[in-house]
Amino acid sequence: MAVEEYWAPATLSDALERLRGGDVTILAGGTDLMPQSHAGRVTLARGLLNVRRVPELRGIEAADGGVRIGALCTMSELMRDPLVREHFGILAEACDHFASDQLRNAATLGGNVCNASPAGDTLVPLLVLDAEAELASKPDGRVQFRRVPLSAFFSGPGRTARAPDELLCAIRLPRPPAGFVGRFYKAGLRPALDISAISIGIGGVPGGRALGQARVAYGAVAPVPMRARRTEQALEGAVLDAATVERVAAIARDEVRPIDDVRASAWYRRELVFNMTRRMLGDVAHA
Amino acid sequence: MSHMREIEFELNGVRTRATVRLDMSALAMLRDVMGLTGTKYACGEGECGACTIIVDGVSVCSCLMFAVDCEDRTLTTIEGVGREPLGARLERAFVDCGAVQCGFCTPGVVMQAKHWLEAHPNPTRDEIKRGIEGNLCRCTGYVKIVDAIEAASRAEG
Repeated sequence: MAVEEYWAPATLSDALERLRGGDVTILAGGTDLMPQSHAGRVTLARGLLNVRRVPELRGIEAADGGVRIGALCTMSELMRDPLVREHFGILAEACDHFASDQLRNAATLGGNVCNASPAGDTLVPLLVLDAEAELASKPDGRVQFRRVPLSAFFSGPGRTARAPDELLCAIRLPRPPAGFVGRFYKAGLRPALDISAISIGIGGVPGGRALGQARVAYGAVAPVPMRARRTEQALEGAVLDAATVERVAAIARDEVRPIDDVRASAWYRRELVFNMTRRMLGDVAHA
Repeated sequence: MSHMREIEFELNGVRTRATVRLDMSALAMLRDVMGLTGTKYACGEGECGACTIIVDGVSVCSCLMFAVDCEDRTLTTIEGVGREPLGARLERAFVDCGAVQCGFCTPGVVMQAKHWLEAHPNPTRDEIKRGIEGNLCRCTGYVKIVDAIEAASRAEG
């Protein structure tokens, strides 16, 4: 279908009004929307809504003890931000692995989240950081906000809890506990521009050869980027000797639900999950 | 057929107007509407960097950008990059180092190098390679490309 209308509103209220009207495609960085629509995998709606000018979607600022990251923040902005680098290093690390410089300069965090690819590079670190999505809508003439934990936000490949009349304004990250350490791993064939075969995020507070308050997330091994709760439970209070690390990595291998596709077979993904989880647990526990 | 919109922006230092289709890429606008064919179309999905331009001070793949999103922004393409000292140094260095084989990737590499050197004024060779990892040279002439970017970063002026 042809795109008949284009809007680039300067206020959140106007943007939400357009969304409420329906039949709208939201445009931010465009790095995914453009090739997907040209390839026919995404059909552009009648109206194209460029949200670039909405001020509520911009900036990275301290909030509620943690940080509020505007949905329009690019990967390059995130990588450079001192607050992100200091307290949310695992997110900066994932941005560093993201595509190429040209893509990092244009692609937005909000776009990566709303595309909801099981392999989305930022999603695994965001899950490890207990991120929340801040959504706005204007159902009855008043702007309303709600927050959804990211672990409940993804419902399938490309599907999220965002309603069609809602706009993702920001990602909120609570301040991690004192001593928190996070590590990110992405398996791909080359460092640049690769879609991951799997990705892993592990975070927690190391101490006494254990990893306290462990958070483990995997990408590209299930219909959605997932928190591995059984693996986390197995880590709680466990002294990470070689046998325990092996046992926990085996639980992770059982917990993921990968498929065969062009990038890797399900078997290979499970083996990667096992081997890399084992290696990363050793790293994190002794960090 | 998608509808059209007239937009205004700065292109290579000149205030410019263009009438573009709503679903058109910035690359298609540059080549087909403005007639600036220095920026190349190759993969169309952000993998190769041949279409790299600078928008509001950062390098982007123009094939991934909507033309309407250029409204009120500042664009520099290969046709205009030589107006700035760093751009001119890069052009000179690519010639001097023979960093051009078929030449198709060259405009994109020069634009990316311009942006990267602004952020990394004294790069190591590894940093240069990191900076151009989003640019493919199918002739595989990377050594001389890195030589040229390194030479431009050292050159006076």
